[in-house]
Amino acid sequence: MRNSLIIIKKQLKDTLKNKTVLIQFILFPVMTLIMENAIKIDGMPELFFTKLFSIMYVGMAPLTSVASIISEEKEKNTLRVLTMANVKPWQYLMGIGFYVWFICMIGAGVMATGLKKEEVPFYLLIMAVGFSISILAGACIGIFSRNQMTATSIVMPVMMVFAFSPMLAMFNESIEKVARFIYTQQLKRIMDDVTFAGIKADGICILVVNATLMIILFFIAFRKKGLE
Amino acid sequence: MIRCNDVYKSFSGKTVLAGIGFEISDGEIFGLLGPSGAGKTTLIKILTGQLAFDKGSVVVLDKEVSSLSGEDKKSIGIMMDQFGVYERLSCIDNLKVFADIYGVPHGRIKSTLEQVGLGDAGAKSASTLSKGMRVRLSLARVFMHSPKLIFLDEPTSGLDPQTMRQIHKIILEKKKEGCTIFLTTHNMEEAYKLCDRVALLNEGAIVENGSPEEICRKYNHQKTIKLHLSSGEDILIPHENGSAETISRLLSDGCIETIHSSEPTLETVFLELTGRKLEEDE
Ligand SMILES: Nc1ncnc2c1ncn2[C@@H]1O[C@H](COP(=O)(O)OP(=O)(O)O)[C@@H](O)[C@H]1O
Ligand SMILES: [Mg+2]
Repeated sequence: MRNSLIIIKKQLKDTLKNKTVLIQFILFPVMTLIMENAIKIDGMPELFFTKLFSIMYVGMAPLTSVASIISEEKEKNTLRVLTMANVKPWQYLMGIGFYVWFICMIGAGVMATGLKKEEVPFYLLIMAVGFSISILAGACIGIFSRNQMTATSIVMPVMMVFAFSPMLAMFNESIEKVARFIYTQQLKRIMDDVTFAGIKADGICILVVNATLMIILFFIAFRKKGLE
Repeated sequence: MIRCNDVYKSFSGKTVLAGIGFEISDGEIFGLLGPSGAGKTTLIKILTGQLAFDKGSVVVLDKEVSSLSGEDKKSIGIMMDQFGVYERLSCIDNLKVFADIYGVPHGRIKSTLEQVGLGDAGAKSASTLSKGMRVRLSLARVFMHSPKLIFLDEPTSGLDPQTMRQIHKIILEKKKEGCTIFLTTHNMEEAYKLCDRVALLNEGAIVENGSPEEICRKYNHQKTIKLHLSSGEDILIPHENGSAETISRLLSDGCIETIHSSEPTLETVFLELTGRKLEEDE
């Protein structure tokens, strides 16, 4: 546990200097603030940009940052140095996972500023679930890739699917039919209602299945490759 | 401190270490000397428990290497061939991470940086450091928790002679403090200068081991005499019964400008034993 905190501390120091990761964290919160305040079109659903960008944030930021952090530490050999200092792989992953989750939650907090007060806790809960699933996915990619190049090339298509399918699903019926099996699309549906009443059983099912799949994938990756 | 017996290791059918055996006593600098690809890094990984081996036994700090506890590992310091520094963090922040992990008070960071000659560079970001400074930073990380057993994988490879000498000085200081040091190198001068004992590793087997002087003496039959003639020509004459006549004849003819005797070095011993040079010309 102490080692995980040390990792978090290290990451916090690194964040401001790590442009690739930093931009992931602030891009969507900033865009949301700008768009919600700048663009008002008649007939546009309420909080259109907040909801859309929130889901894209879930599909992008945790995925890319976790994968990039882990693969960079592998490439630069710092991960090996940590494990030689007797930091256990799970302590490391806990530290990175929690750090990214924490920063993303701050981002979500910024994006929630347009919401009604009573909607905020529900919104943050949805985001928290989404971040967790994405972090697991990012960790799988980080564990599987030997260096940052490989990680980026795997992250790109996965991120496209997670982050963009909810948006494409809005415009295209047949994409929606496939996209509904992806957790981000379900989160989008839930978020469109922003109440517990709007949650349907099939939505919960798909979320649970997605989360379970990620957890299984993560453990397979971890058992097979460790942090080598 | 380290006892290694008949260790074998192969990677997907390719044997990299074949029956390695040696012992290292407390307080000595032990050098593993061998060309690139000989298996030096592989052996360090095995000795430090980073890599499992196929056969044999490895005892480190009086324990089987596989059963070393977290507490035992605190008395070991390791620098691998890649440094593993956090590029975007400053030297001090780099060391703070490991001070925290090892439970070392932050107060020791400054003195450790001074010890490796980075006293003024603490606030510099690691990405701006030269190669030599990176080595120093890695050494600081290794030394910070005061390990009694230190592994250094090619600590001076790719450094200029002056930086190399400074690193040597730092390593020798550590020995004075009572540390046992295992280092690998493909530089025979370095091995000769630093190490109490060396082992020559070639293609996964130790072909010779002992103190550098001992090894060179043992291969003294290689000794030759080099004559520089007034014609400008150099000739090498082996130490043999017949050689004295040749030399005295040349001497009385007044053809000789200078005479040098050339004793074997670790380099020539290695060449004789393996037919390979330590530093491959590229
Ligand atoms: N993980 C690995 N998988 C396959 N082969 C390896 C691995 N690590 C090292 N080798 C091989 O083992 C040999 C020795 O490598 P190494 O120990 O790095 O040599 P050195 O450090 O002396 O240059 C090389 O031929 C290398 O290709
Ligand atoms: Mg090597």
